[in-house]
This record gives sequence, C-alpha cells and structure tokens, in this order.
Amino acid sequence: MAVEFTQNYFEIFGLPVDFTIDTSILAERYRELQKTVHPDRFASASDRDRRLAVQQSAHINEALSTLKSPLKRARYLLQLNGIEFDDENETTMDAEFLMQQMEWREAVAEINQKQDPFSSLNQLMKSIDKKQANMIDQLQNLIRKQEYETAKVQVQKLQFMEKLLLECESLEQDLADAL
Amino acid sequence: MALLQISEPGQSTKPHERRLAVGIDLGTTNSLVATVRSGRTETLPDEQGEHLLPSVVRYLGNQQSPVVGKQASQAAADDPLNTISSVKRFMGRGLDDIKHLGGRLPYDFVQTETSVPRIKTAAGDKSPIEVSADILRVLKERAEETLGDELTGVVITVPAYFDDAQRQATKDAGKLAGLNVMRLLNEPTAAAVAYGLDKGAEGIAAVFDLGGGTFDISILRLEKGVFEVLSTAGDTSLGGDDFDRAIAQWIMLQADISDDTSHGQLRRLMQDACKAKEALAENESTELNVQLDSGEHWQGRLDREQLNQLIDPLIQKTVITCRRALRDAQVSVDDVQTVVMVGGSTRTLRVREKVGEFFAQDPMIDINPDKVVATGAAIQADVLAGNKPDGELLLLDVIPLSLGLETMGGLVEKIIPRNTTIPVARAQDFTTYKDGQTGMTIQVLQGERELVSDCRSLGQFSLHGIPSMVAGAARIRVTFQVDADGLLSVTATEETNQVEASIQIKPSYGLTDTEIETMLKDSIAYAKDDVELRNVREQQVEADRVTDALQIALQQDGDLLTEAEVKTIETALMELHNVREGTDHRVIKKAIDKLNVATTEFAASRMNKSIKQALAGHQIDEFG
Repeated sequence: MAVEFTQNYFEIFGLPVDFTIDTSILAERYRELQKTVHPDRFASASDRDRRLAVQQSAHINEALSTLKSPLKRARYLLQLNGIEFDDENETTMDAEFLMQQMEWREAVAEINQKQDPFSSLNQLMKSIDKKQANMIDQLQNLIRKQEYETAKVQVQKLQFMEKLLLECESLEQDLADAL
Repeated sequence: MALLQISEPGQSTKPHERRLAVGIDLGTTNSLVATVRSGRTETLPDEQGEHLLPSVVRYLGNQQSPVVGKQASQAAADDPLNTISSVKRFMGRGLDDIKHLGGRLPYDFVQTETSVPRIKTAAGDKSPIEVSADILRVLKERAEETLGDELTGVVITVPAYFDDAQRQATKDAGKLAGLNVMRLLNEPTAAAVAYGLDKGAEGIAAVFDLGGGTFDISILRLEKGVFEVLSTAGDTSLGGDDFDRAIAQWIMLQADISDDTSHGQLRRLMQDACKAKEALAENESTELNVQLDSGEHWQGRLDREQLNQLIDPLIQKTVITCRRALRDAQVSVDDVQTVVMVGGSTRTLRVREKVGEFFAQDPMIDINPDKVVATGAAIQADVLAGNKPDGELLLLDVIPLSLGLETMGGLVEKIIPRNTTIPVARAQDFTTYKDGQTGMTIQVLQGERELVSDCRSLGQFSLHGIPSMVAGAARIRVTFQVDADGLLSVTATEETNQVEASIQIKPSYGLTDTEIETMLKDSIAYAKDDVELRNVREQQVEADRVTDALQIALQQDGDLLTEAEVKTIETALMELHNVREGTDHRVIKKAIDKLNVATTEFAASRMNKSIKQALAGHQIDEFG
C-alpha cells in the first residue's frame, strides 16, 4: 500500500502531533494530496491502478475527517497517547452534567408544543452549539496539561452532546416532513 | 520490442487523438447533452435546433421504436398510459415507494418477481431503467452524429441526494444504452463547476438546485480548481412537478373535478397547471381555460398571491433543508459568498425570493438554469477522458445519506455518516455465534433514522465460506467502500485464516446482473452487434489502456525498478502485445491480469513517490 499506513494521521499531512492544528494548512495539504491520488486522476488507467487510487484516496479522506472534527481529533490523539476507549461500558458522568443533559432533553421534548417550533429548535441548537464550543476549549486545556484521563471523560461528555444534536436534527426532519 | 516505442516526455502515446466525451443531464422534465469543442463547452441541439429533449418516451406497438421527446410529450394526454414522463422519479424505487410519491399512479404498474417494477405499455412491460435508456440512446445518437464518431465515455448527472439504488439504476440505464459511464456526477457539483470556471469564483458557494422532480442543496468550497463539497442535503421527490400538482388540485377543487377522473383529464390538468405557473413568472395573474372530459370548458383565474399560498409549504421545506446543509458544512449564512440557482423550477419567482431571504443575498441566475448542469458534466467528462492532462480541476464529493447495518432489535448502526467525503472505506468486524457456522447475512441500510423500518434497505449481503470454528472465534472483517460515483461495494475477509469470504448481494431495488445481461441482449443496440466481438473489443481497449499507462509510468519512474523487475514487466507486456490481436477475449483478459500482477509493486511505489513529492517542500519548512 502506498500511503504508508504506519504513518499517523498528523504525519500524513505533515502536521505536528498536537490538538491545536492550523486548519488552513490541513485543508491545503489535503487538496494537494487528493490532486495526486484521487481516482479521477486515474480515469484512463488500468482497473488495478484505479482500485489502488480509490484505497489511497479513501485513506486520506479518513485522515482528514478525523483531524477536522475537534472531538474525533481529541479522541485520536488520546488513543495515540495510550488512552483506551470502551464505548460499550460508559463511565459515569458527574451529577451536574447529567442534570444538564436531562434539562436539554426536556427542552427537546417540549419543542412540539411551541408556537414556532422551527425557530425554537434553532435557538436550542444554537445554545447547545455554544456549550459544545465551550467544552472543546476546556478539552484543549486538559490535553495541553497532559491530563489525559480527565480529557477522556470530557471527550465522552462531548459524545453525549453530539447525540443530543443528532436528536435535534431528527426532530427537525420530523417537523419538516409534517409540513 | 514494446518498451522502446516511447513518445516524447509529457505526451501520450497518441498525441493527436482527442477522445470524444460528453456530459449528459438526465433530467426529470428535460435532458441535455453537452461537450467541450475547441476549448468551448456547448450543449448539442437536434436537427431542429432544439437543445432540450423532453424526458418523455411514448411506446408504440408492432415492433416500432419508441418516440422520445417533444413529439411524445404532445401525445401524452391522448395516449397517457403508453407515454411515460418524469420516469426519473421511479428510478431505483420499489412499487411501494412509488405509491407514496403523491398523486394517483399515472401508469399501469406491474409487480414482477424481481424488485424492479415494470410499466405496462404497448411495447411490453418496461422498467424505469429501460425507459431512461431509451432517452439516453437518443442523446447518444445526437452526440455521435454531431461529433462524427463513437463516444469514448460519458458523465451522467444525478441529484446529489440520490441514494445507492437510484444511482445504480442510472448507471445501469447508461450501460443499457451502450454508453461507457465514466462517472456519475452530482448535479449541484456539476453546476458549481460550470459557474466556478466561468466566473473564476473562490470561497464558499451554495448551489440551490430545484428541478422538475428533485431538490438538492450543496455547500462547496472552491479553491484553485478544487471543488470540495462540504455538505449536501435534499429531497428526491420534491420539485416543479409538485408545484404543478398543487395548482392542479386547486383547479380541481374550483372546477369541481373529482379525484377519480380519467388519466387523460389528469394529464391535461397537469399541463394547464404547468402553463399557469410559467405564465406567473412573467405576469401578475393568468387566465385558466380547462377542457373537461365532457367537452365543456372551465374558465378561471390564478394570481401570484394564490400561487404563493399553494407552493409556500413546499418552498419552506427547501429552506429548512438549506439550514441543515449549512449546519453539516459547519458554516454560517455569513460565510456563503455566492448562491447559485439551478434547475427550471428556480424560475418561479417565489423560490428566488425565499432563497434570497434565507441567504440574505441575491442569488445568481445568470447562466441558463436548464443548461448549466450538462455544461459542468461536459467539462468533467473532458477531464476524465484525458483531454486535459495537466488540468487543475478536481471534484471532491460526499455521500448524501448515512450507510448503516441492521443490529439487534431492528436498530441501525451507522458505519458511514452522511456528508463523508468519498471515496471512503470503513471496516466492521463480525463474529460467529454458533459452533461451525460458515455463513451469515448482513442487511445494509441507507438513511438517517434509528429504526431499520424507517431507512431504505439497499440489500442483503450473504457471506459464505467462513472457515468452521467454535462460536465467537472467527473474526470477519467486512469492508464497505463507497467509490467516487457514490456507489457501495462490500468485501469480507476472515481475519484469523485470511480467507476471502464470498459475498452474494441481493439488491432490494435493483436489477441483478443476469437481468441486465438479458436486457442488453434484447435491446436493439446490441442485437446488431455480435456480443463476442464486443467483448474482444472491450478487452483490447483495456489492453491498450494498461499498455499506454505503463509505458508512461516506466518512462517517468523506471528508476524505481531493479533490472530484474524491468525484465519481468517487459516479458508480461510482450505477452499481452502478442495476444492482443487474437479473437478470444478471455486470453487477452488473462494477459492483462498477468501484467497487472507483475506491476503491482511498481504501481504502489509510484503512488508513494508522488505522495512524498506532494508534501516534500512543507515538511522542511515545518520541522527543519
């Protein structure tokens, strides 16, 4: 296989292994790499070479999608530092966080009774986004201080937030379908 | 000896040969074909000078070939059951889906043994794929007559929101029409290419594409010839047809026409509704004059305000979808520099108004919304055919809907989330739950919902040939790969023994390979041809392609090989050269395979070299 699969995702893009990355450099190098390996560059090549190009291109896409999302990037970085995630058996969160989760969920459940459910939902999603951005800042600090175990819990909390947003989106879809 | 026939550096082996390639917009209402000629992209007209081919096919009995286009469209009200329009809405759908599309079923559908429904016509039962192939065939002939030679390849556009079954159906239609489909290209991406290259635009763009039967919104980043789709969203059963239907229903209410009126009356109503909608793009109000089955006429008036009331809920749906696309792209309304309007239905003023309101800017409408998609497809076809060896253009697209697997309790586990850049490959490990188990079945789904029953089933994958072991010992790695066309393929390996498990795919809504083969043999285009001759020609083309590519590769990177390696490759190349003129396609194929095996390492190290080159400069700045 040509892209060296032993290289970690940061190395593929020639970036230092760090939570803080320059996303414009990431985007630029991603484009340069895809210009070299994308299957469309091999449209008139043999079937074998086209298959190889698909694999290479897919690997680079995987690397990009991991580094582009702060949550996935943090998780990947923690894994590089020997932290293991066992998603089946989730760690218990602190009470304050769980209380807030319940409040969010209640708010989601009540959207249907609102006068303008679309804009209420949009407001709610904005405040969840804001909270999420906040939590990512905290995560960045934890990783900088190499407090990896605490960072791991923060990643798990952020996964909750992500699920919550997915629920909001599916509610939005339901509302749109009912139009 | 073959290796010595090397041309000048940077040139292909046949420098003067320009490969004929076209882009085809296979639309719900109209279809078009476009090409790049002497540096200019143009859509190709028919003999009467018409560029748009109405996507309508009328089947006649008695072995006559079908009538396609305007003439068919004019016969729609008189011969409604044999005249198929808007067939795109049925592509890749089962009969149950079609019943849910809204409105009464316009044709006599027949449920067959297979999952693909057929429409009963005077020329026999026709699947939507065959109807689409008949439209494509007309465009193929038009292009070959205009350009004076056979086409090397085509790019066919599809709505970005088409799922795997709908894409596969489109590709099959192309095959059936005798086309080499180099790529399926998403319509909004094609439009962005046409606009971007025309205006030299950079930055974030939103493409709002509302056609006759489908709606797409794509958010793209344009930079230095790279068109990177950040997100896409849409609805494959929402379009101008729905505007017409809303108007037609309103007329029926006003004119007291009952729901169970004749097929012909319904067709006429839809045509009247469409005309009224078009008139309201120019005028404040329009007269209605509806011919009734009784021979009498009903007269009325429709104004813009009434029209807006009828279609606002539909437009509202598109606006909500735009919001989701922005969220997925992680950009805000303020980041969007350009909004491009595509598709005939964006001529409806209310659509422009509401979309402009949402994005807080005037949308661009300066390229003909009917032609822009075909134009973009032609540009991409030209690049893929190899006519622009140093072209900067690169399109990076995404998968529109999540792919998942059925897990316990009828739930879906997502393997590849929507808006993941393609190509993409993800692996999932499975194990056996019984001692000695040698097979298993996996159901693959597409959609965003949690329940299997709310997603669309793409098919059942049955694995066989798992080595017999105790329960839980086998480790079966199933890899899901989505290629640049957005099409899924699945492979499986038993990891502990490295045995390739065989996979049988039973598509939920698609033709099986045997069905396609039978259709190919039955179709007129192929009846004339000798199938064996066609097979040989196909292998010869592949042989030439492999040889050309290898010669260029050796010329550029021959230094990566040892002398012994060069010798092995030369021998395999000679062998292929010797059998190329033969009459047995299997022998040629075998020689190609052999050459491919001999060059596997070489191909890998070449790609590795180019990746290193792509990044070489930077790593020095960064860590030096």
